[in-house]
Amino acid sequence: MNGRFAAVLPAALLAAALLVAGGAGAQSPDAVRIGVLADMSSLYADLGGPGSTVAVQMAVDDFGGSVLGKKIEVVSADHQNKPDVASSIARQWFDEKGVQMITDLTTSSVALAVQEVARADNKVILVNGAASSDLTGKACAPTSVHWTYDTVSLANGTGAAVVKAGGDSWFFITADYAFGHALERDTTAVVEANGGKVLGAVNVPLNTADFSSFLLQAQQSKAKIIGLANAGGDAINSIKQAAEFGIVAGGQKLAGLLVFVSDVHSLGLQTAQGLQLTEAFYWDQDDKTRAWSKRFFDKTHKEPTMVQAGNYSATMHYLEAVKAAGSLDSAAVIKELKSKPIDDFIIRNGHIHDDGSLVHDMYLYEVKKPTESTAEWDLYKLIATIPGDQAFKRPRGNECPAVKG
Amino acid sequence: MSRRAGLWWSIALIALALAAPFLFYPVFVMRALCLALFACAFDLLLGYVGLLSFGHAAFYGGAAYVTAHCVKVWGFPPELGIVAGAAAAALLGSVFGWLAIRRQGIYFAMITLALAQMVAFFALQAPFTGGEDGIQAVPRGRLLGLIDLNHPLAMYYFVLAMFVVGFAIVRRAVNSPFGQVITAIRENEPRAVSLGYRAERYKLLAFVLSAALAGLAGATKCLVLQFAALSDVDWTTSGEVVLMTLVGGVGTPLGPVVGAFVIVTMENYLAQAGSWVTVIEGLIFIVCVLTFRRGIVGVIAPCLTGRAAAPPAPEPSPP
Repeated sequence: MNGRFAAVLPAALLAAALLVAGGAGAQSPDAVRIGVLADMSSLYADLGGPGSTVAVQMAVDDFGGSVLGKKIEVVSADHQNKPDVASSIARQWFDEKGVQMITDLTTSSVALAVQEVARADNKVILVNGAASSDLTGKACAPTSVHWTYDTVSLANGTGAAVVKAGGDSWFFITADYAFGHALERDTTAVVEANGGKVLGAVNVPLNTADFSSFLLQAQQSKAKIIGLANAGGDAINSIKQAAEFGIVAGGQKLAGLLVFVSDVHSLGLQTAQGLQLTEAFYWDQDDKTRAWSKRFFDKTHKEPTMVQAGNYSATMHYLEAVKAAGSLDSAAVIKELKSKPIDDFIIRNGHIHDDGSLVHDMYLYEVKKPTESTAEWDLYKLIATIPGDQAFKRPRGNECPAVKG
Repeated sequence: MSRRAGLWWSIALIALALAAPFLFYPVFVMRALCLALFACAFDLLLGYVGLLSFGHAAFYGGAAYVTAHCVKVWGFPPELGIVAGAAAAALLGSVFGWLAIRRQGIYFAMITLALAQMVAFFALQAPFTGGEDGIQAVPRGRLLGLIDLNHPLAMYYFVLAMFVVGFAIVRRAVNSPFGQVITAIRENEPRAVSLGYRAERYKLLAFVLSAALAGLAGATKCLVLQFAALSDVDWTTSGEVVLMTLVGGVGTPLGPVVGAFVIVTMENYLAQAGSWVTVIEGLIFIVCVLTFRRGIVGVIAPCLTGRAAAPPAPEPSPP
């Protein structure tokens, strides 16, 4: 290389960096951006993931594509279930890309990390995927709403109903992270309040493939009910292996504390039949849910889960609140959201509490027997509707400073 | 001629480092710098002592937890929090090292992995670490009571300074008599011993130094992102640092830095492209290992600086 050109390459590198940086910032300035931060590739991708982005886009299209005279854009990213990746993407979205609201947020540790970013930046997050009731409990934030479901409502739904039906002794198989522990804690409180007792629990690492030793412990506990405080792929694996171990045939019953319609579909009715579970939304509830779910099905070839439907509902209400408030200011939008009842074909009889929890009706379903089902996605029968004030009642009170006073 | 080209490159890189917060998103660059320092610390062990540690996440994440706890619960100022984190990592490193350096190759890797898994389990179960939630909302505080680190630029230059200090320590250690001895041990341990060097002590010292610098990186990262989480101590983080170092170039000064920036950029920008991050990472790793085994820097640097191809870097000892 000639000495005269020794400086050219380094200079070219600098120039290239400038160009890249300049290009990255070149986004249309006056658009309202909504971020979908979800697990796109791992164990929760089926219940949220790309389907959530589709649902949010559907809400934006149904709303008309623009608000306050600005175009609405949907951006999405895969947080890979890592809170540090999620936190830095959320920061960048808020600080640089002009994202006004982030939704989905599967996995409790991710949602808790993003909630801290949103609190610092004073931005709105509407949590649909994560379950931990800590999001509206001790970690509650003024500009976040926990939309579709939380561990309290799951515990009240499945826990209370099963105890009332005679399942008064429990053993938990718990996913060993924030969500699993919260679910076990809340369900234990409900079971005990209804006169049942908890014989024991075993913690299982996230994303476990082999549940055999944990299932054997559950079998030996002689509990009538084995509560599965896990979700997604973990729930599927544990239910499948429980069927192989003949646990249900041996007289013990499974209670899925967080089982999604996508899980039941992939398990098949033969394996999952008789399982009782709580959901906020089921596609086959009435004509409106069927009509919307058909549109969703046409795009994704799957029926929507409650997380995906919840993303639609949250985005719709957010955009309506922006329109009504005439501003993108987080405090004004949240005030608007909290001022009105939340009632659409997905979330029924809802209103948002000061702690940020959206209180609404939940449903207890039982998985149909193969003989009862008439179609591929005909999976549930309704057992009971749980009114919001019962479903979201915290058995131990709320630690959120905003409501404790 | 080659020296002149090297000088120009240094100037360009320093200019880029100083201007980066104005060109790119600062938190992204800061996170990449922390991981670059982590990779440099790791490369001190892999590239110069020839020891493949598969448990470096324990030092990185362990320091992050210690710093988070010190700063958030005990109210330490940020500089003391970082010192506490790095010191804890050094202490942990001396225990790990004392146990692990007695073995080599796959046994060394497995011992470090096993010990790191114990740290990860501790982080999951101990009451002060917050389990899967981690320690959230760690305050950045004021540096020396004067500079408010909540300002992105202040934080960036603080992180850059931490990186430069760590990088300089690695370079100084490598280009010193100590560095010569550890390289000699890597090449032929019995011979180094026969020359009168106590190989165990040198290896232990290099291990502790590497652990302390990994801790410095983790502690700084904890202040940048304002939390310490389980993914920091997870074995995948140990794997990621191996990946960064190999992709960038083992035993080259800038290799780990380049590797870290490549991987972090992929993680960050591909995340918005959908579900392909891990697949693409894997493909790049395969391409690197198959086509340029000396990593990006090992292959490209000689061409760019006009130097005749450097003597081939020694192959890392098979794990």
